[in-house]
Amino acid sequence: MDTDAPHSMGTTIIGVTYNGGVVLGADSRTSTGVYVANRASDKITQLTDNVYVCRSGSAADSQIVSDYVRYFLHQHTIQLGQPATVKVAANLVRLLAYNNKNLLQTGLIVGGWDKYEGGKIYGIPLGGTIIEQPFAIGGSGSSYLYGFFDQAWKEGMTKDEAEQLVVKAVSLAIARDGASGGVVRTVIINSEGVTRNFYPGDKLPLWHEELEPQFSLLDIPSSPGPEPMNI
Amino acid sequence: MSSIGTGYDLSVTTFSPDGRVFQIEYAAKAVDNSGTVIGIKCKDGIVMGVEKLIASKMMLPGSNRRIHSVHRHSGMAVAGLAADGRQIVARAKSEATNYESVYGEQIPVKELAERVASYVHLCTLYWWLRPFGCGVILGGYDRDGPQLYMVEPSGISYRYFGAAIGKGRQAAKTEIEKLKLSEMTCRQGVIEVAKIIYGVHDEAKDKAFELEMSWVCDESNRQHQKVPDELLEEAKAAAKAALEEMDAD
Repeated sequence: MDTDAPHSMGTTIIGVTYNGGVVLGADSRTSTGVYVANRASDKITQLTDNVYVCRSGSAADSQIVSDYVRYFLHQHTIQLGQPATVKVAANLVRLLAYNNKNLLQTGLIVGGWDKYEGGKIYGIPLGGTIIEQPFAIGGSGSSYLYGFFDQAWKEGMTKDEAEQLVVKAVSLAIARDGASGGVVRTVIINSEGVTRNFYPGDKLPLWHEELEPQFSLLDIPSSPGPEPMNI
Repeated sequence: MSSIGTGYDLSVTTFSPDGRVFQIEYAAKAVDNSGTVIGIKCKDGIVMGVEKLIASKMMLPGSNRRIHSVHRHSGMAVAGLAADGRQIVARAKSEATNYESVYGEQIPVKELAERVASYVHLCTLYWWLRPFGCGVILGGYDRDGPQLYMVEPSGISYRYFGAAIGKGRQAAKTEIEKLKLSEMTCRQGVIEVAKIIYGVHDEAKDKAFELEMSWVCDESNRQHQKVPDELLEEAKAAAKAALEEMDAD
């Protein structure tokens, strides 16, 4: 096991617009091969007061891109005299992603709120395309969510509906994708500001044959065992 | 407010004892001697007009444009040395396209004005450059609504409701101040601008002139363009009629 190997975030990342803002969500697993280097990482990174980015792929690459964009946006905000728009933030991200496509391996979802356009989500996958979407999914875990979103997504959700959708989706992906796991983090951005939420494993719904959580090895002998199967 | 700056006016990097840079003031004189240029901000957009003094009867009408589009949403009217003006317009166009390719959105008019002003100012800092001999009125329509800026040869730039440069600027400013701009649409503004320009034109000193006008407003879909021909003709007719009325008194 090479713990010095490049860290990648298998990841499930999601960005969803709702009536009044956006909800960003992510899992928290950073892996080096099969070793989980960080089981509680924060993949939703701040670019400005009103714009955040979900990072997936190479941890180093996504961090460096976020750092550069944060720096450029800061200068831009000073020059402009008002907060930057989500579109500008996303454009700066994609210029870096596109122009360095041979060197980088990171998929990003930029989401935020500004006074001109309201809540917006921009997906910036591997090659550096930029696409504005009502919702975006990314990372290895997202493969398991395409069908889910086709069925569950609807226009004009409330803030709570949108957050519940994101939490459910990330937990579904965590259940099926080995490279995603840990806790679910969400960030809600709207005209009022930014709210961070945290859903540990015991707050997430169980899916299909997953076991109830066992909190201590000492508890196992005293609790009733599983029901025998009826063949 | 003229005064001779003998000895202190040979270089733009020299201050006079009373704190003036005479070369910049002389540059402003070049602007003052040019045909009048005015710009007004109406409630739904900007209108700009130029009194284009015709040097020769051989010139084709419509040539020697004094108003240029800098980007889809903004335009610039130039007074003073025409060649200097071309440089400024070229720089403004370049700043606008560069901003869009980096930030992915149209350059805000405020930012454009600051960059143009900064460039004009730059040329007042080095002895091997001379200041631009032209003033510029910049009108544009962005997310924050219509905005009008004026940049002087010194590099100063302010935002205005109405601005005028050139020969007839004093009279033009007086006329502009009489207008109720916040209640006026650009369609009405075009007529008013034409009247003002015809009004300040000095028949005795300068012979012929051609009126050039542009606008950027809701009606033009927030694009900077020449005022449509029929509206231009309507404006010219109204301006000539207003002149006759004045003369009749």
